[in-house]
Amino acid sequence: MAMTARQRAKVSLYVQAGIFVVAIAALLLATDWKTISANVFNFGKIGPMFPGIFTVGLLNTLIYTALGFIVGLSGGLLLALMKLSSFPLYRWIATGYIEFFRGIPALLVFIAFGYGVPLAFGVQWPIFVVVMVSLGMVAAAYIAETLRAGLQAVPKGQLEAARSLGMPQWRAMVTIIIPQAFKIVLPPLTNEIILLTKDSSLIYVLGLTASQYELTKFGRDGISSLGAGLTPLLVAGAFYLVVTIPLSLLARKFESRSARTKR
Amino acid sequence: MNDVETTTPGGARTVHAAGVSIKDLRKAYGSNEVLKGINLDVQPGEVVCLIGPSGSGKSTLLRCVNLLEQPNQGTIHVGGFEATDPDVDIDKMRRKVGMVFQQFNLFPHLDVLRNCTVAQTKVLKRSQEESDKIAQANLERVGLGHLAKRFPDQLSGGQQQRVAIARALSMNPELMLFDEPTSALDPETVGDVLAVMRKLAREGMTMLVVTHEMAFAREVADRVVFMDGGVVVEEGVAEQVIGNPQQPRTQEFLRRVLDPTHIEVEED
Ligand SMILES: Nc1ncnc2c1ncn2[C@@H]1O[C@H](COP(=O)(O)OP(=O)(O)O)[C@@H](O)[C@H]1O
Ligand SMILES: [Mg+2]
Repeated sequence: MAMTARQRAKVSLYVQAGIFVVAIAALLLATDWKTISANVFNFGKIGPMFPGIFTVGLLNTLIYTALGFIVGLSGGLLLALMKLSSFPLYRWIATGYIEFFRGIPALLVFIAFGYGVPLAFGVQWPIFVVVMVSLGMVAAAYIAETLRAGLQAVPKGQLEAARSLGMPQWRAMVTIIIPQAFKIVLPPLTNEIILLTKDSSLIYVLGLTASQYELTKFGRDGISSLGAGLTPLLVAGAFYLVVTIPLSLLARKFESRSARTKR
Repeated sequence: MNDVETTTPGGARTVHAAGVSIKDLRKAYGSNEVLKGINLDVQPGEVVCLIGPSGSGKSTLLRCVNLLEQPNQGTIHVGGFEATDPDVDIDKMRRKVGMVFQQFNLFPHLDVLRNCTVAQTKVLKRSQEESDKIAQANLERVGLGHLAKRFPDQLSGGQQQRVAIARALSMNPELMLFDEPTSALDPETVGDVLAVMRKLAREGMTMLVVTHEMAFAREVADRVVFMDGGVVVEEGVAEQVIGNPQQPRTQEFLRRVLDPTHIEVEED
């Protein structure tokens, strides 16, 4: 007897679930649990990571991200305004910058600033400055594109109304356009912070001292000192999620809010 | 509420009414010539309504007066300013000219009161307290004093447009430009906006109004200017241009606009 569409869908769902369960079971059976539990899930030995993973690792990750974001946001805003300028030279500079820094790996930028700047100029910046500048410069390139889209999404009539009231261009931008653009870009900007949080893991290449360790470096340090295999990295990963998942939820909340107010 | 004649906020505005003088104004977008030599004068205190078919260049003309569009040729004088002088202080000139747009263009991130104070504090450097007072008085003037704390998206179209008028008035302009202020409104809110404009006209404000509201033009305008294809085809007192047009193009336009099937709901 022929099945109805509904019955077919139901059977198909069972088949999919079955395949999924079998695949998981196969994976679990194939796993060498003895080795895994000693090297990945060896939570008995990670006690020494605490409380340092909070007071050093997580704290530094948050600080580096915040520093990078502040520079990235200011630089990104400047670049976005340059890109929208009627003055071609500004547009070219901004375009060149954005394409360059989006086109090369962030790791190379960190190496360039960490090792290249001291070699080239004979100055040794404090680590926080290096992080701020290098992370910020990469972030600026991404944030600039986000902000440019946001600025362009503000209706043209807003600028005309502001200018008609006698506001000079810069005043209209600062008071009328940019605040509206920020509301528009809040969700993508939150996503930029998530990316930045993860990118901050790359600054281990700068050769951090123990008090400067961020989460990833803190975890790698644990690998070599605790004898729990990769378990410390697993813990560090969990801490990233503690930061990034709330941010992601926040972004979604911003998104639904702006969708609601849109008429 | 007080008598409107005695509550003109911010001082003796009407005494400073500014006229407009436009000579041989030309404007093209690429090869599309939109204004083909416009001559138009508005005397201080006069109300001039600009009518004409869509695409005839009415908005462009209005936008040239406060330099939202840059004219290609000709001269425009507004009050003591020559708008077409390359060295003119645009921002200073615009303070004398209020503009009301078809789409209101209220600032959605500011409440109604802030919409009316932001340019006062940032441009005229008035104190917040003084700005609030002037804004509140102008909101009363358009009948919306009780909505000062609302945000634009909580208002009807007619209310938004009246706030836009109050916002412009709060700068004490000497000339008001209106670009189809009621075209985006629901019919039942058109009357409130026209009533505010009528009151402004009676108070002696100089006004240049692009409109399709023929009854309003007939009642309020000192003069009506009919434009078509980037030129002024006919102008004169309202009774004559709307009531007894001489040019075939004006007659044809009015026949279409006044067609009973097209008539908009009129205010009482
Ligand atoms: N920014 C612009 N760029 C190019 N063409 C324009 C622009 N603004 C207006 N135009 C053209 O100018 C003509 C007159 O437009 P407009 O002044 O808006 O007419 P009206 O207000 O009388 O309907 C139209 O043909 C329109 O397409
Ligand atoms: Mg128009």
